[in-house]
Amino acid sequence: MTPTSDLPRWADVFLLPLLNLLAALAVCGVIIFFLGENPFNALWVMIKGAFFYSGSLGYTLYYTTNFIFTGLAVAIAFHAMMFNIGGEGQAYIGGLGAGLVALWLGASLPMILVIPLAVFAAALFGAAWGLIPGLLQAYRGSHIVITTIMFNFIAGSIMVWLLVGPLIEQGQQSPQTPKFGDGALVPKLHETAGGLFSFLGNSPLNLSFVLALFCLVGFWILIWRTKLGYEIRTVGQNPEAARYAGINVPKIIVIAMALSGALAGLLAINELLGVQHRVVLNFTSGYGFTGIAVALMGRNHPVGIFLASFLFGAIYQGGAELDFEFQTITRDMALLMQGMIILFSGALAYMFNPWVSRILRRWIKQGEAARV
Amino acid sequence: MSEFAYQFLLTLDATLRLATPLVLCAMAGIFSERSGIIDISLEGKMLMGAFVAAAVASTSGSPWLGVFAAMFASMLMAMVHGFACITHKGNQVVSGLAINILASGLTVTIGIALFRQGGQTPPLSGSERFRPIEWPLVDVLDSIPVLGTVYRELISGHNMLVYVALLLVPLSAFLLYKTRFGLRLRAVGEVPRAVDSAGISVSFLRYRAVILAGLLCGIAGAYLSIGQGAGFVKEMSAGKGYIALAAVIFGKWRPVPALFACLLFGFLEAVSARLQGVDLPLIGEAPTQLMLALPYIMVVLLLAGFIGKASPPAAIGQPYSK
Amino acid sequence: MTDDKNTDGRTSAHSFALNLAGVSKSFGAVRANHDINLDVLAGSIHGIVGENGAGKSTLMNIIFGLHAPDKGSMHVFGERASIKSSADAISLGLGMVHQHFMLVPNMSVLDNVMLGSEGGYLLSEGREQTLKTLDNLSSAFGMGVDPTAIIEDLPVGIRQRVEIIKAIKGGARVLILDEPTGVLTPGEAQQLFDILRSLRDDGVTILLITHKLDEIMSITDHVSIMRDGEMVAHRETRKTTPQELARLMVGRDVLLSVDKGPANPSDIKLKVSSLGCTSSAGSSLLKNVSFDLRAGEILGVAGVAGNGQTELLEILSGMRKVTTGKFEVLQRVIDKERSLTPEHMRAIGVAHIPEDRHEHGLVLSFEAQENAMLGYHRDPRFGRGSLLDDKEIRDHCVELMTKHDVRPPNPDLHARNFSGGNQQKIVIGREVDQKPEVLLIGQPTRGVDVGAIEFIHRQLIQLRDEGCAILLVSVELEEILSLSDRIMVMNEGEIVGIVDQKTASQEQVGMMMAGVGAEVAA
Repeated sequence: MTPTSDLPRWADVFLLPLLNLLAALAVCGVIIFFLGENPFNALWVMIKGAFFYSGSLGYTLYYTTNFIFTGLAVAIAFHAMMFNIGGEGQAYIGGLGAGLVALWLGASLPMILVIPLAVFAAALFGAAWGLIPGLLQAYRGSHIVITTIMFNFIAGSIMVWLLVGPLIEQGQQSPQTPKFGDGALVPKLHETAGGLFSFLGNSPLNLSFVLALFCLVGFWILIWRTKLGYEIRTVGQNPEAARYAGINVPKIIVIAMALSGALAGLLAINELLGVQHRVVLNFTSGYGFTGIAVALMGRNHPVGIFLASFLFGAIYQGGAELDFEFQTITRDMALLMQGMIILFSGALAYMFNPWVSRILRRWIKQGEAARV
Repeated sequence: MSEFAYQFLLTLDATLRLATPLVLCAMAGIFSERSGIIDISLEGKMLMGAFVAAAVASTSGSPWLGVFAAMFASMLMAMVHGFACITHKGNQVVSGLAINILASGLTVTIGIALFRQGGQTPPLSGSERFRPIEWPLVDVLDSIPVLGTVYRELISGHNMLVYVALLLVPLSAFLLYKTRFGLRLRAVGEVPRAVDSAGISVSFLRYRAVILAGLLCGIAGAYLSIGQGAGFVKEMSAGKGYIALAAVIFGKWRPVPALFACLLFGFLEAVSARLQGVDLPLIGEAPTQLMLALPYIMVVLLLAGFIGKASPPAAIGQPYSK
Repeated sequence: MTDDKNTDGRTSAHSFALNLAGVSKSFGAVRANHDINLDVLAGSIHGIVGENGAGKSTLMNIIFGLHAPDKGSMHVFGERASIKSSADAISLGLGMVHQHFMLVPNMSVLDNVMLGSEGGYLLSEGREQTLKTLDNLSSAFGMGVDPTAIIEDLPVGIRQRVEIIKAIKGGARVLILDEPTGVLTPGEAQQLFDILRSLRDDGVTILLITHKLDEIMSITDHVSIMRDGEMVAHRETRKTTPQELARLMVGRDVLLSVDKGPANPSDIKLKVSSLGCTSSAGSSLLKNVSFDLRAGEILGVAGVAGNGQTELLEILSGMRKVTTGKFEVLQRVIDKERSLTPEHMRAIGVAHIPEDRHEHGLVLSFEAQENAMLGYHRDPRFGRGSLLDDKEIRDHCVELMTKHDVRPPNPDLHARNFSGGNQQKIVIGREVDQKPEVLLIGQPTRGVDVGAIEFIHRQLIQLRDEGCAILLVSVELEEILSLSDRIMVMNEGEIVGIVDQKTASQEQVGMMMAGVGAEVAA
């Protein structure tokens, strides 16, 4: 099937992904060169834009938060060997859940009640949207890749209809809900803890980031420390052995997809309750797809997912700076980089394997000969 | 002819125009998937084709040059997909996704560099596009009741690429079912071992299928920007590539049923445009946005086994190793 | 060995279709073929017989160019041949009908036969020619098929016929068939044999691989016997008997004899009554199986693989549902309406060591300690509530590894990095340490080195003596004979007979495995 590596673990987990990343960036650099700009200059601008200006790091981390949620979502499904492409739709529907709670209770109840309820609603709605394709795959054999793609579009249609119709702010034209009441606004990080984080500058980074970190830890505990996690991994690695062990394989698939949808749904807490403060059209804008890249690069492990999320966050934010500083380059360059990274890290992941293998083997042999 | 019938006829006319890119991409998807390669990147290939067609037509003044350039560009993207999936046995879904995202980024980036218009190409004038073609004797036949109107509104008056797309359906069917290439292509998507043990190269066969898909998506893209539209606009493929994929599945990977699925989906889009803001009895304002979800819902129902069975080619998505 | 063919002077005057000399092939440490010599007379039906794993398929793959031999030479029709691919083999006049058909199920017979030799860009050009070929083959050899029929609608026997047509349409003069009757009904097998005789009379040479002795006797002219990767004998079919063949097939140098005291069987722990099982396609996998299993005894299930043993184990362990009949284990009744999951089975005291440890018994990408609790992971011992107790899991694995001599005793090592024998010891240790009352075992020493085999055998005897009821399925007759107290022979999904180990002989059991009844075989 898909080629696997016979490299030592460190090469497989660090060296190959690094090479893939460099290759992707190199191709982008060539494109930038043809656009008439200096690629190294562009890279430096991106780095400055992602980290060094006031508020940059905050912005980067705000994007990172989104990618953590969608990356974890894809990863948990992957552990059951399910390819969940439906992160966009699940996040969107999760936003519906969070939005409904926020609209309904945001003005009347305090934050300490509203936000946890909104989190619960976002997870619940997202889980429902992931659960249906899961059920169809587990019990009807419908290919999860195709059903989740379809569900992305169905979610899009439903949300457009709702935002243009029943949920629209009265008297306004744009398809969005009224603003949430104060109880539903997640505090920005630079405003909390008595200015402890004010060094981050002004940015949309909010407490959802903390929620995301909790999810990273929770993910790790669930997958590697619980009986359910053990069963999920067994189903993913060897469904026949799972059957032998008495594990209910269809049930586990459905549970994994529900959890996946729930995690994707939490993206809405960051975007809607943290930043937009209302439900807007298309707030998921590609985060769901990037989550796939994040999970692949992060090898479905929370540490890798955090690093990959951070990388993509930096690219997003750096891309905005590129747009600002260069006439010929826009934010779409970030899209281009993203696509290249997905191509090299995902589809061409083991392209460099034969060369790396050969070089490593020669090094090892040389090392042994030297020692003799 | 009654007013309702006339409006219906106009809707059918719109259906043909809306279905054209779907038909082209669907044929592309059929060739690729029948050979065993999952193709989610119909969208990206079409988008790239749209951009290149508009860019070349704008600078050269010739829409035909634009179409061929679009086919070439699309083919290049298809070859990247083929390289990742066939030669490197990579994950076909991921590769397709990557190509879509690449296309989104690349089109705007190059567009801005060339034209400085925020990612668009300059608006195209008449001669740089494909103009509607009036069939002969339109005015003479117009006097015939019903049929004359049908001839004028529905059949005549589309641009060249619409007719090309419709012609490509029987051509594709012929290629798939009546030629040696088609037989081998169908076999390699079901049981690649059978093809391999007959001494035929599985890789070469799949590459040809993928390239063919690229060419067809290029035409689809060209239609969008220089046939139906007057220039490239950011993200103008607007999900049509995914609807085409839905049509492929709904048509069970066969050209003629897929054509009908495309027409159906095009019809849904045309109707929903017409019903925009119109009040229907009982329901109130027509839920046109929900109607646009119907193609996707229908595919899900089909895959779940509620409206018949859909079996994809047996070997689809599995890289082949000896 | 090689002179057996010259039993009368006539044969040396005929030409040979195939000569193999000194052919050897190893896969890593496994010696699949060792120093094989084979001479096949042109225009004859030559059988190759041997147990599973004897190396027959490897040899055929070498002849057909799918594997390259490490050593040795091949001559085809007297000419030295270097066969590097199936295309080479085909061009030399060889054709092969594989065990797993290479047909496209949803295309027609005509399409499948045309694939690869379409005769032009348009199918219409080659269609005429192919139809004529089909017609010729039909009248010449009795191989009639409807060209328009779709493969998946056809019965297996006809599908195989299409495979044969594909193999000889190009004019192949040597036809290799690998276990062709495994999937056929007796009637379809007879039709196949008529076709083969017809082909032979036309001068086609046929190599027939099989493990069924009655087929060898009824259709072959010559037979060569393989065992453990070596060619042990050649015989002219009419001058040998099934008994002689059985003896040559299954006899093995005695590895080790297990020190075994007499058994003391007590209560019945498992009672199987008229158990039946049908596949989803409708074919019968188990028919009317009835037997008892008592505490303190080992009941060995002998038989060539594929005769229902796998299904029996799957049903008794809870992995598969009962179609007809029932069984009673430890006071629980299991039948069509009532079933227990494998998890429940383990909970009541039924342990299962699966036949295929890679497919069922282990998750190769998991660490040893994770594998050591597979199937028992919900036990409160491994963690209260939903959490897992890492320390306890690790300790449990270390204890298991020490007790069962698993090397290296590293609980963090991934299962795929252990040798076959040590992997098996992990599986056995896991199941056996639960002190089960009933133990179901399949192929305990497959792919296991000699030292580990001895260890495992001793463990099983000890378990028996402690009162465990053991059902042992194995294709290694030697293993069955040395470990079992009673031996149950299965053939075609039915029990041929149950004999006492003390009185049974290897020949008797061997013949029973070939379907001959217990009294006749004795």
